[in-house]
Amino acid sequence: MSDDAFISGLAPIAAAKPVSIDTPLRRIVRGFFEDRLAVFGLAIFIAIVLVAIFAPLIAPQNPYDLAQLDVLDGGLPPGSASMSGGGIYYLGTDEQGRDMLSAILYGLRISLLVATVSLAFAIVIGVTAGTTAAYFGGKVDSLIMRVVDLQLSFPAILIALILLALWGRGVDKVIIALVIVQWAYYARTVRSSAIVEARKDYIEAAHCLALSHSRIMFHHLLPNCLPPLIVVATVQIAQAIALEATLSFLGAGVPITEPSLGLLIANGYNYLLSGRYWVSLFPGVALVVTIVAINLVGDRLRDVFNPRLQK
Amino acid sequence: MIVYILRRIGQSLVALAAMAILVFIGVYAIGNPVDILINPEANQAEIAATTARLGLDKPLWEQFARFVAHLFQGDLGTSFVYGRPATEIILQRLPATMELALTALVLSLVIGVPLGVYAGLKPDSIGGRSVMAASILGFSLPNFWQGLLMILIFAVLLGWLPAGGRGETVELLGIRVSFLTVDGLRHMILPALNLALFKMSLVIRLTRANTREVCLQEYIKFARAKGLSSTRIVLVHILKNIMIPVVTILGLELGSMIAFAIVTETVFAWPGMGKLLIDSINLLDRPVIVAYLMLTVVIIVTINLIVDLLYSALDPRVRLSQVKS
Repeated sequence: MSDDAFISGLAPIAAAKPVSIDTPLRRIVRGFFEDRLAVFGLAIFIAIVLVAIFAPLIAPQNPYDLAQLDVLDGGLPPGSASMSGGGIYYLGTDEQGRDMLSAILYGLRISLLVATVSLAFAIVIGVTAGTTAAYFGGKVDSLIMRVVDLQLSFPAILIALILLALWGRGVDKVIIALVIVQWAYYARTVRSSAIVEARKDYIEAAHCLALSHSRIMFHHLLPNCLPPLIVVATVQIAQAIALEATLSFLGAGVPITEPSLGLLIANGYNYLLSGRYWVSLFPGVALVVTIVAINLVGDRLRDVFNPRLQK
Repeated sequence: MIVYILRRIGQSLVALAAMAILVFIGVYAIGNPVDILINPEANQAEIAATTARLGLDKPLWEQFARFVAHLFQGDLGTSFVYGRPATEIILQRLPATMELALTALVLSLVIGVPLGVYAGLKPDSIGGRSVMAASILGFSLPNFWQGLLMILIFAVLLGWLPAGGRGETVELLGIRVSFLTVDGLRHMILPALNLALFKMSLVIRLTRANTREVCLQEYIKFARAKGLSSTRIVLVHILKNIMIPVVTILGLELGSMIAFAIVTETVFAWPGMGKLLIDSINLLDRPVIVAYLMLTVVIIVTINLIVDLLYSALDPRVRLSQVKS
């Protein structure tokens, strides 16, 4: 945050209520909560995360415990009762008699797990590369940014798909592929804001104090580059979920034993034309709701952090 | 200008070389190339013979020299499934993909630009807001999911359009195309629209943002003050100034369109390169996968090069800043 923006945000409130102290963080949080749609998105997203975490407690059955499946219940439409009196399948069942609601809850776990783990690794790698490039400049900068540019000139889905085609399926492999295609976005984002910050007086002051390079980079430079990083990370987590779903849909993502939402949709795709729409439709709805909720939050964050839109 | 062109061509060659090395590492150095290049159904004697023929028993640098030499001849191995050169199979599927990608590109411009200009001129109107909301959906929903919904609505529920395939084709200049027959067009509507939706959302957002910026410029105010009709202001003064960034981005996106076609072609069973890639992944037909990758890399690098050169020809500021740095 620049000092000017801080003071201009502070002044009118300080005049009215001298007691309350307005920090940039509070202003951003308040700005975020002014938009009802974004708050709605956040609430939905938190609910989805909770549901995914507690799936084993909430789900009517464990969809991957074959003992709990009843083949007689295969292909039932939404809302039908179990043939063996086991309860109602609110979202129908697939061919093996698997409760779609349970399958979706467990699928959400895989989708969110893959997205968040890959996000964390990609951020660490990308942020380190981007800060290093901006801080040292010169040859280090041009080397790192050449690699970033080279990678970003190819579509993420192409790179990920080819990697998985050569490696085979697997949750760990999907995560590595997603890290490889995502780190460059963070590197570019952090570098572009860090290169501006690195020229400011406080960094020079830190140099004068003879602090170590890593201390200046990660304690002084990085915290001031966070706003754009947060926005990109929010958008990217939705992208990661979508990309994982696409890869799994194409048959190159997670294995059949650990189906994510994308794989559930792919399984249902075969029954779509014969009218059993629910096997494919409901996992898709869950996927779409998750992605849209994250994007609502991301859009608002972008506006709140954008200094040009601040009055 | 010549310095810039040479430098830019050099960068493209470096990108190609880097990708070739990465592919080589991926296929030959990591993992066992015997698994990748030799048919999994081959017996011991065949494996030994093919290993010797492909030179897999030679040192790594010799293998790399061989790989590069073959690359220049366009020889990327023989498909396990079809028993024909992988390059030939890919090139056969190229026209179908290009037809789909170009149609989608045109669609995204023809539909996206007017909607974007409208949303930019009236950002607070209900229409403008709905266009933006729709573009957020088009942007964030996974491509394959949009395709499935289209099939569900237009093919399964309404029965208006076919759910997949390419339909009737006619030969045009030696290439089979769909867009000249009614049946081919009916088959093309859904996949082309599906592929276009993502780019269309991008065009809408870009056009809207640019329109809003251009509207605040002095020359637009001047044109208004001069008493020009608003139609003329929009069509001549605004459109002209927003088209350069839009066309640049779209040019660059043509490459990614070919990659995104993988998804669309799989959903709609469109017999292009992307469908071939997915089929090859499922059949472990790795020579075709490698050939697809190399061909796509060449296409994308070439497109980026052409767009950059055109852009710098149109906008002198770009090449000046490039030459300086």
